[in-house]
Amino acid sequence: MSMILLIEQALNGLQFGVMLFVMAAGLTLVFGVMGLINLAHGSLYMIGAFAAATVAGLTGSFLLALAASLAAAAAAGAIVEIAVIRRLYARDHLDQVLATFALILIFSEGTRWLFGSFPLFLDTPDWLSGPVELPGGILYPAYRLGIIGVGLAVALGLYLLISRTRLGIRIRAGESDREMIAALGVDISKLYTLVFALGAALAGLAGALVGAIQSVQVGMGEPVLILAFVVIVIGGIGSIKGALVASLLVGLTDTMGGFLLPIAFAQVMEPANAMLLGSALASMLIYILMAVVLIVRPSGLFGVRS
Amino acid sequence: MIAEKHLNWLIAALLLAVPVCAWWFGEIYTVTLATRVVVLALAGVGLNLALGAGGLVSLGHAAFFGVGGYAMGILASHGQNYDPILTEPFLIEGTKSMPVIWLVAIIAGGLSALAIGALSLRTSGVYFIMITLAFGQMFYYFAISWPAYGGEDGLSIYVRNGFPGLNTLQPIQYFALCYVLLIAVLLLCARLGASPFGLALNAVRQSAPRVETVGLSPLRLRLTAFVISGAITALAGALFADLSRFVSPTMFSWHTSGEIMIFVILGGVGRLYGPVIGACLFILLEHWLGGVSEYWQLFLGLLLLGVVLFARGGVIGVLTRKEAGHG
Repeated sequence: MSMILLIEQALNGLQFGVMLFVMAAGLTLVFGVMGLINLAHGSLYMIGAFAAATVAGLTGSFLLALAASLAAAAAAGAIVEIAVIRRLYARDHLDQVLATFALILIFSEGTRWLFGSFPLFLDTPDWLSGPVELPGGILYPAYRLGIIGVGLAVALGLYLLISRTRLGIRIRAGESDREMIAALGVDISKLYTLVFALGAALAGLAGALVGAIQSVQVGMGEPVLILAFVVIVIGGIGSIKGALVASLLVGLTDTMGGFLLPIAFAQVMEPANAMLLGSALASMLIYILMAVVLIVRPSGLFGVRS
Repeated sequence: MIAEKHLNWLIAALLLAVPVCAWWFGEIYTVTLATRVVVLALAGVGLNLALGAGGLVSLGHAAFFGVGGYAMGILASHGQNYDPILTEPFLIEGTKSMPVIWLVAIIAGGLSALAIGALSLRTSGVYFIMITLAFGQMFYYFAISWPAYGGEDGLSIYVRNGFPGLNTLQPIQYFALCYVLLIAVLLLCARLGASPFGLALNAVRQSAPRVETVGLSPLRLRLTAFVISGAITALAGALFADLSRFVSPTMFSWHTSGEIMIFVILGGVGRLYGPVIGACLFILLEHWLGGVSEYWQLFLGLLLLGVVLFARGGVIGVLTRKEAGHG
């Protein structure tokens, strides 16, 4: 096992984690402010990817594609919030789960109807397609480095938005007491639509960025959605800082586990069995991590007991 | 408007009469469809115990459904190849006998529910939903990455397992078997609901602190309900696997959890026969809409959205005009 390979895998884990963060940030924000569990967050991720693939196919510009993913997902988010989600805030979680599950069916089948069942492809832009040489002679794809950069920028942007702007003050106020800020004259339903659209736009961005590495297809959002749930459960629901820490933890655990466990098992058993057992265990590793975190801290790493 | 008790009798009678008539007229496909309804209803009845009576919104019941399915798949695949599961330290052989398979499925489902429940019940509300979902996915990914029993491709069983004295290859006989099990479990659930345990569980759902002050442990009550619920769903999984003679990781997928939950909601949460009528409706919709359009799930989604937003209490709630299923 070479050092270079190890660092490469760590970077892959970081890239994966950062993308999970962009996905999970919206989910945790929506839960923190509106108290809504949104299973359809993965559909917004898918919408972002499809919008990006379509625009990239028409114009050939990757940046335009990214802008399209943000716009399409934000618009879809705002429409869904006004048409459906708004009626669910006062309902219990069961109703929210079901209604958003219904939204997944609608979005997935609608997309299949519009685009067909075959995956679309979104190419990485030329100016990011080659590898970059990192210190120590490591060659790493520029595009993946770019994703890490975008993810960290989103984290910083969210931090500034929430701690430094008027909108951020309102979001924090909405988290702690929604009646009070409504009484102070803030249009709470507009704020909710805005927060939901913001979360949706982030999910769409994540979908477009990941869509260029993997393929763009119906159902692509669901595995990521569940990982994002794991992330926000580990981090503590409603906490953006928790989401950041947990997504990096989950990204690194998943990637490094898949890489290291078979190697570790190979030290004590024959390679074929080690590969089998290692990869089977690695696929469960983040759930085990989640279980451990919950045993130690039932409300997540940065969660507040409600 | 009709009373819920009479409606239940009507549903049970129709569910028996339709396949028997279909069999009489040689419509074997309808018999198979009805068996599907019965088996999926059983899975829903399992979930309903946790969801309706216990108020535990589990989005991971596919785990138990799949465990039941794989209990059948593993035992029967060893049974059909005459290849023992274990030789050391003692001999464990596969089997093609349904009662044994059911027992193993129930025990395996109950044990998985005990493990998942013990961890998940430390939390509540939205955490509980997400954690059960995540544990379900853990089973899903394990089933995909563990190649011994087919991995992603699943596992085929060539001949349906046997039940002493019956020819289970006859669709109507297999239907009768599943139907009897469903009715037995429904009776059991009705008894449970009226027992001290059921009443205490009902109280826990409404106010856990009050139950605690009278000296009962909410955690223990919930965990017991969760384990029974998991065991019933696992039994349904074993029956489902035997119906299609095939098990695959799809049984573990969270769409399965979502569908089982849809049965319960469509029919009416906390109603004894809610999952039965929900499963009937779901399968009929799948059958009819599936014939109309390739994109039938789009319409299913719209319908479900309509039920959640406008028809609270599900179909039984609408038919009997009572708001909530639980008293």
